[in-house]
Amino acid sequence: MYKSLVNKHKPKEDYLKNEVIAFIVGGLMGIIAQALIDIYSYILNIPSKDASTFMIVTLIFIGCLLTCLGFFDNIVKKCGAGLIVPITGFAHSMMSAALDFRKEGMINGIGANMFKLAGSVIVFGVVSAYIFGLIRYLFFGGAI
Amino acid sequence: MIYFNAFIFCAVVCLIGQIILDHTSLTAGHVTTIFVVTGAFLDIFSIYDKFVLYAGGGACVPITSFGHSLIHGAIESAKNNGFIGLLMGMFDLTASGITAAIVFSFILSFIFKPKD
Repeated sequence: MYKSLVNKHKPKEDYLKNEVIAFIVGGLMGIIAQALIDIYSYILNIPSKDASTFMIVTLIFIGCLLTCLGFFDNIVKKCGAGLIVPITGFAHSMMSAALDFRKEGMINGIGANMFKLAGSVIVFGVVSAYIFGLIRYLFFGGAI
Repeated sequence: MIYFNAFIFCAVVCLIGQIILDHTSLTAGHVTTIFVVTGAFLDIFSIYDKFVLYAGGGACVPITSFGHSLIHGAIESAKNNGFIGLLMGMFDLTASGITAAIVFSFILSFIFKPKD
């Protein structure tokens, strides 16, 4: 009874439109990343593996700067996962946590809360990478 | 051709993320965490390395490549140092991204005021 009432008044989201936008924006992020890798490896004359480090740092800087200027939250509302899943989402979560807790001071605010949102990514990434790395090292010797 | 592959790979990963966001009650934090664990899992059999060769920058930019880089650095260091290398090399490849994110957001949070 209650559930049907809730469903009746829940605003209907256009799922297909969200998914098409996420598909296109995510694809454009991939093209931008590949273009940055090519540009850096051409200008600085370095292998593409090193250029991908430059690319990631550039995208993190752009993500932080757009969050500071206040554009990013509006864009994320429209694009959804198209900007959350790429590395810009990681930068956005750290930057917005730092901005939100800035008024509580340097140590107890920024320092203690910077990883409030991004911390789960790092914790689960490190734990799963350790377990899977152990499996790969024990069974394959890291050979493949 | 690699630009087309980069578009398709990154777009499909983001599409999966959007489908999870829309049709379940999971938040953006859950989605990114799931993708990091998936990226680390796919590296047990070096599947993600093939994606990187195939899609280039398109495979480097989703958060799945964060898990891939973590396990890749750990394995690379374990080859030289044995078991303890798994702990020593965990952040070898991702250190640049994490350090950049910390430094930029710390400095920029002094310059800008939060907008709401």
